[in-house]
Amino acid sequence: MIYTKDLSKTYNGTTVLNIEELSIPKGQSFGLVGNNGAGKTTYFSLLLDLIKPTTGNITSNNVVVDESEDWKPFTSSFIDESFLIGYLTPEEYFYFIGELRGQNKADVDALTSKFEDFFNGEITGKKKYLRDLSKGNQKKAGIVAALIGQPEVIILDEPFANLDPTTQIRLKQIIKDLAEKQGVTVLVSSHDLTHVTDVCERIVVLEKGNVIKDLETNPATLKELEAHFGSTARTSLEEE
Amino acid sequence: MIKHFLNLEWKQYFRSSYWQKNIAINILMVFFALYFVAMFLGLGFSLLFLLKEMYPDQDPFVAANGFLFYWIIGDLLMRFFLQKLPVMSVKPLLTLPIKRSTVINYVLGKSALSFFNFLPLFAIIPFSIMLMGDGYVASEILIWLFALIITVLIINFLNFIIEAFSAESELSFLPIMVVVSILFGLNYFEILPMTTLIGSGFLAIANNPILILIPIAILVLCYAFNFKTLKKKLYLDSSLKSKVTEVNASDLSWTERFGDIAPFMKLDLKLIWRNKRTKSMTFLLLIGVLYGLFFYPQPMYKEMTFMSAFIGIFSTGFFLINFGQFIPAWDSGYYKLLMSQNIKYEQYLRSKFILMVISVVLLFVLGIPYVYFGYKILIAHFAAAIYNVGVNTHVILWGGSFNRKKIELDKKAAFNYQGTGAVQWLIGIPLMLVPMGLFGLVNWLIGFAAAIALLIVLGVLGIVFHKKLMRGITQKYLNSKYKMIDAFSQDN
Repeated sequence: MIYTKDLSKTYNGTTVLNIEELSIPKGQSFGLVGNNGAGKTTYFSLLLDLIKPTTGNITSNNVVVDESEDWKPFTSSFIDESFLIGYLTPEEYFYFIGELRGQNKADVDALTSKFEDFFNGEITGKKKYLRDLSKGNQKKAGIVAALIGQPEVIILDEPFANLDPTTQIRLKQIIKDLAEKQGVTVLVSSHDLTHVTDVCERIVVLEKGNVIKDLETNPATLKELEAHFGSTARTSLEEE
Repeated sequence: MIKHFLNLEWKQYFRSSYWQKNIAINILMVFFALYFVAMFLGLGFSLLFLLKEMYPDQDPFVAANGFLFYWIIGDLLMRFFLQKLPVMSVKPLLTLPIKRSTVINYVLGKSALSFFNFLPLFAIIPFSIMLMGDGYVASEILIWLFALIITVLIINFLNFIIEAFSAESELSFLPIMVVVSILFGLNYFEILPMTTLIGSGFLAIANNPILILIPIAILVLCYAFNFKTLKKKLYLDSSLKSKVTEVNASDLSWTERFGDIAPFMKLDLKLIWRNKRTKSMTFLLLIGVLYGLFFYPQPMYKEMTFMSAFIGIFSTGFFLINFGQFIPAWDSGYYKLLMSQNIKYEQYLRSKFILMVISVVLLFVLGIPYVYFGYKILIAHFAAAIYNVGVNTHVILWGGSFNRKKIELDKKAAFNYQGTGAVQWLIGIPLMLVPMGLFGLVNWLIGFAAAIALLIVLGVLGIVFHKKLMRGITQKYLNSKYKMIDAFSQDN
């Protein structure tokens, strides 16, 4: 489904991402972990053609993303708050996204009504603009907007950050359902190892732009990840 | 403590990206400031002679005091719209071990150093010197000068009190309007002759220095009131929290007739109506309509027919220019979203195009009454409107592809230069000067009819080739996609 080949991104001589080969099959829930500056957001931005790759390219469903725009109809994403239009209400935002993805109001209403408990009564029907919502509620709106229009690929950057524990648990269920029941390819990045191991079938660890681990999730994965990040913390302590 | 504050202030000013990125705009602002200073200086030095000439049988000092009332009212009005108490900047200080009262005194003290407080001095001080040179008693004039400086500060703090009240009321202009019109009404209908009252008040202070205590007391009172209200408000949940506005939803289903661009039309209309900076632009429509009134009633423009083409372009294109020059920066806050969504760039741009065309037609129709000043004016406006629709819309959309400056929509509207760059200055040349030059030249060489015909032909050509032009413009935007995304995600 998503095939990355010889991809690299360099800013002023510093390489921030360098992936030789990475292929993500359809319907996989894929997790990306790594410390700050590891290249997670850079990879997602390349996947969405928001920045230009220095070398190589990403092919999504046989479309080379930086050459054609045909990946847009089946791809949706929520990277950060700059994906929200502050002067719209959440409903208006959902309808706007819906219209762009060929969904009418009824379709959008049908979808968003399934997330009533996820919204916890704080998003819809509040007569508030998105810019006036709290960070967590903005995130909820953005994530649900990314589910509008039956996308085949969903990209969520740090979806668990800023959410309350209840919502985190609900979100995990939503993501699992998308991949298992609807065959959607979900790409998630996170700092939280527990959440990623709970949700993702496969976890890739990035460090300074390189893939250094590629794991199928099993009961031992969390331990392995914790050991890995724990050891980097220890080595850096020793170096100091 | 004060040293730290001043240090922060200094850094805030010189490290702001405005200062570092927009030298040209800073030079312009300095130029404006110097211009005002020069104006006030000129007024200060010439006021004595002017008054002597206008009121030959009156003491010029007494006459000057008669004007003080109007100055106070004018100053208060101007400050209300332009001067704001810089409360937000203290947010980071709240958690630090600094006394609240220190922070408040600092904020209020800082406001006393505003440019608005210094400006009147440039007129008052030379005037006082001239008076002393004219043989007035120096001690009296000095006391009078001192009283005026205190008055400036009273106005400064009074303005913040009025603003505090207006922040709470639904119609924010109401308190200032009420205060000003009551004062003005009392004076006008001679119920309470404010002009003479204030005038003789200042004269009394000049004659009797002990009375200076009255304005000082008023100043202290105003300061104390500000201090009290601020102290109550300096919590995160009250004034420091940005305002939550109720949604004003209106039915925009009429846009559906525009087909595939309807979602963008709706978005653009909401953009304009729900954000401070864009909202003020709708008032520009009004200015656009009234623009001709500055010129046409004056007989000297009667003969200059080529002027009507210029005014026509400007008046029918007022919204087009002001809105169009910041495409696509208006959407810079969520540009990444638009770029990753399933949209056609061409639809996005066409929505803006239609919006600008509607504004041109609307402004032309509203400007039809100018026919009163001569039918030629109407013809020229019509030709200018066609030119605006056919040529200028495309030019400004094309120019937009060079925009690299982000706009934060919820920032204030007046004197906000965010998003302004070289593009905004350069685009004026093809937009205004080219049609004016062409019109003037042909008008001079051949005649009025030919010049009108030229504008119309150019406009119609633009309309005919609209599809082709839009394709070219869209390509231009696509080519600068990455650069725009990068620039718009940069914090100013």
